Amino acid sequence: MSTTKKTVPFHGTAAQEQELIAAIHEMKDMEGCLMPIMQKAQDIYGYLPEEVQKIIADELDIPMEKIYGIATFYSQFNLAPKGENQIQVCLGTACYVKGSGNILRRVQEKLGINTGECTPDGKFSLDACRCVGACGLAPVMMINEAVYGRLTVDDVDRILDQY
Amino acid sequence: MKSINELLALKEKAQAQMGARCAGSDMTSIVVGMATCGIASGARPVLEEMQKKVEEEGLDTVMVTQTGCVGMCQYEPILEVYEPGKPKVTYIQMSPDKVDRIVQEHLKGGSVVEDFTLESIDKIKVDPDADNKHSLNDTVFQKNQRRIALRNCGYIDPESIDDYISTDGYQALNKVLTEMEPDEVIQTVLDSGLRGRGGAGFPTGLKWRFASGNRGQVQKFVCCNADEGDPGAFMDRSVLEGDPHVVLEAMAIAGYAIGSNQGYIYVRAEYPIAVKRLEIALNQAREYGVLGKDIFGTGFDFDISLRLGAGAFVCGEETALMTSIEGNRGEPRPRPPFPAVKGLFAKPTILNNVETYANIPQIILKGADWYSSVGTEKSKGTKVFALGGKINNTGLVEVPMGIPLRTVIEDIGGGVPNGKKFKAAQTGGPSGGCIPASLLDVPMDYESLGAIGSIIGSGGLIVMDEDNCMVDIAKFYLQFTADESCGKCTPCRVGTKRMLEILERITKGQGTLADIDKLEELAAYVKENSACGLGQTAPNPILSTIKHFRDEYEAHVVDKCCPAGVCKDLLQYRIDPDKCKGCTLCAKNCPAGAITGTVKEPHVIDQTKCIKCGVCKTNCKFDAIDTK
Repeated sequence: MSTTKKTVPFHGTAAQEQELIAAIHEMKDMEGCLMPIMQKAQDIYGYLPEEVQKIIADELDIPMEKIYGIATFYSQFNLAPKGENQIQVCLGTACYVKGSGNILRRVQEKLGINTGECTPDGKFSLDACRCVGACGLAPVMMINEAVYGRLTVDDVDRILDQY
Repeated sequence: MKSINELLALKEKAQAQMGARCAGSDMTSIVVGMATCGIASGARPVLEEMQKKVEEEGLDTVMVTQTGCVGMCQYEPILEVYEPGKPKVTYIQMSPDKVDRIVQEHLKGGSVVEDFTLESIDKIKVDPDADNKHSLNDTVFQKNQRRIALRNCGYIDPESIDDYISTDGYQALNKVLTEMEPDEVIQTVLDSGLRGRGGAGFPTGLKWRFASGNRGQVQKFVCCNADEGDPGAFMDRSVLEGDPHVVLEAMAIAGYAIGSNQGYIYVRAEYPIAVKRLEIALNQAREYGVLGKDIFGTGFDFDISLRLGAGAFVCGEETALMTSIEGNRGEPRPRPPFPAVKGLFAKPTILNNVETYANIPQIILKGADWYSSVGTEKSKGTKVFALGGKINNTGLVEVPMGIPLRTVIEDIGGGVPNGKKFKAAQTGGPSGGCIPASLLDVPMDYESLGAIGSIIGSGGLIVMDEDNCMVDIAKFYLQFTADESCGKCTPCRVGTKRMLEILERITKGQGTLADIDKLEELAAYVKENSACGLGQTAPNPILSTIKHFRDEYEAHVVDKCCPAGVCKDLLQYRIDPDKCKGCTLCAKNCPAGAITGTVKEPHVIDQTKCIKCGVCKTNCKFDAIDTK
């Protein structure tokens, strides 16, 4: 789970809530539906603030504690909003032995944020991740769903400037 | 799909659409590798440019399609040309601007563009005896491989069920449903000697047999572990991105064998392309009736649901994975009861990983004897390894079990780049160990690697050279396992933390010789007492590095130096007076003002002021700054 504290007030819309409730109704009879529902909720809102957890808890009639427990167990659930562009620098083994630590440091310097944080303008958030499975191109970083491989420290600025 | 005749008719039709990839066609077939590595290297614009050019030029005997991972990540984007009656030509490191020359000179002019072939790179050794020097098949990289699980990757279009059917797809499913008893299927898998490719190496057939009782009387589940979490392993991603139908077919076969009609694939959310292609494959399979009700008119029903992981390494452990599918925190459960008795939703369940499933249809079609003729006495068949780290040809290779590690690294992998010395190969990810240069001839099979303190694991193979510090590598893995420990059992939760603290002390130069002994003692305890595979194997990177690289640990604690020059706190930046030209660049850049000297005279670093940031070394044009 992300370590950032909630810094922005919740701005959920009625349309988002409706979409979530419809999705819950569609999935609620499926065995083991909670995680797919939470993933859907995160798709809709971008993160899982207390307000969203409460909607899920009410609709499924389960304690919010259970949802919070799952949200904090898995690293892909976020309790705080992410940036418009989500950067993940891979620190898996193949990337690590090829110097991805330096790539991460350069991104941190350039954006002025640490891992788990979001730039003040909300444009970028930064995370370190373990292996995106593109080891043949190490070192690698992902921005949203695009993979950038065979990186050197000098590539970082050029890539970030595209966003 | 109601009969084998229908399937065979489809196959014939599909083969005709494959172009020259199948014999007898007069269409030229061009494929572009479009797995994650290919796309990240820029394969999509190459594919689009090729499609555009072929259309513009009116080449109506040429077809252009995408395919999965060809295997040579290092040289992506890769484009291959299959012409009727001619050997395949492999073009590497493609870009859209190179496409025109291939169209003009090769497709229209009939002569291979040698500037873009494998031979243009001297690191790829082409087999000197090969007749044709333009095909990936003729390289030493490929010659030593035996592709069974990956047979369709880089060959068919993963988003086309017809392509899969053209290469005998779904024939194995038809065979088991119409010709074999469920127990016969299990016996075949057992006789093939296939063992779990996810890491533990448990005989697959035995797993199936344990779950085979009371067919038809109880609900059972067939699960696929596609939560490939080991950093450095990406074979499951490649199978899912390159040949997703093989997994669906194998799961249906497993369902028939144990008497289950519902499967689950638990796939990492970090693999968006694999997820998308699985979804496409599932829809196509349902549409063709090879999944769903009354498959091949035999009355057998089977369907598969897709579940996405959410980024927890421990969910690769079988009981944790099932707990996660059930919609809970992915914590492991104690075994027994084993999943074969009480698994997913408390029902009998089998769980195999992607690569294991990818072998099944071929075993059914070609027989157990055929499969068990490959490999060693106890480790049958092939294994896919993900070659990464300090090696020339990074990529995905499938080799017979028992092949010497040296062949994989020196011949297939092309050795260590930049003239550096090989130091170690790490196998098995965070659960595995490091193999030193002195053991390079070890055969790659379950038993031989186990005997030297490593494991095959899921197949990650990371090569390290003289610039990698083995204590730092052990620390890296412990950071990973300490982070990913689910926290349920104390030996793992606290043990990994304490071991990490000791390693941190050592890499900061605050360790003692007693710390090394303490590490070994603690490692043995955590190994023995943890509840699941994560904790039981977490100490392996420490134990194997102490075993094979004890001198490096001792250098850190006794001499307070890091021989590889990695551990920052132990580095001393020094300027070599013979190499220093006195250009003053380092002094100008030093943020701590620690470097002094006059123009054209060798400079000196004041060790009391140096903050070890490395700026001087990065900027020095004369390689005059040394860290050892």
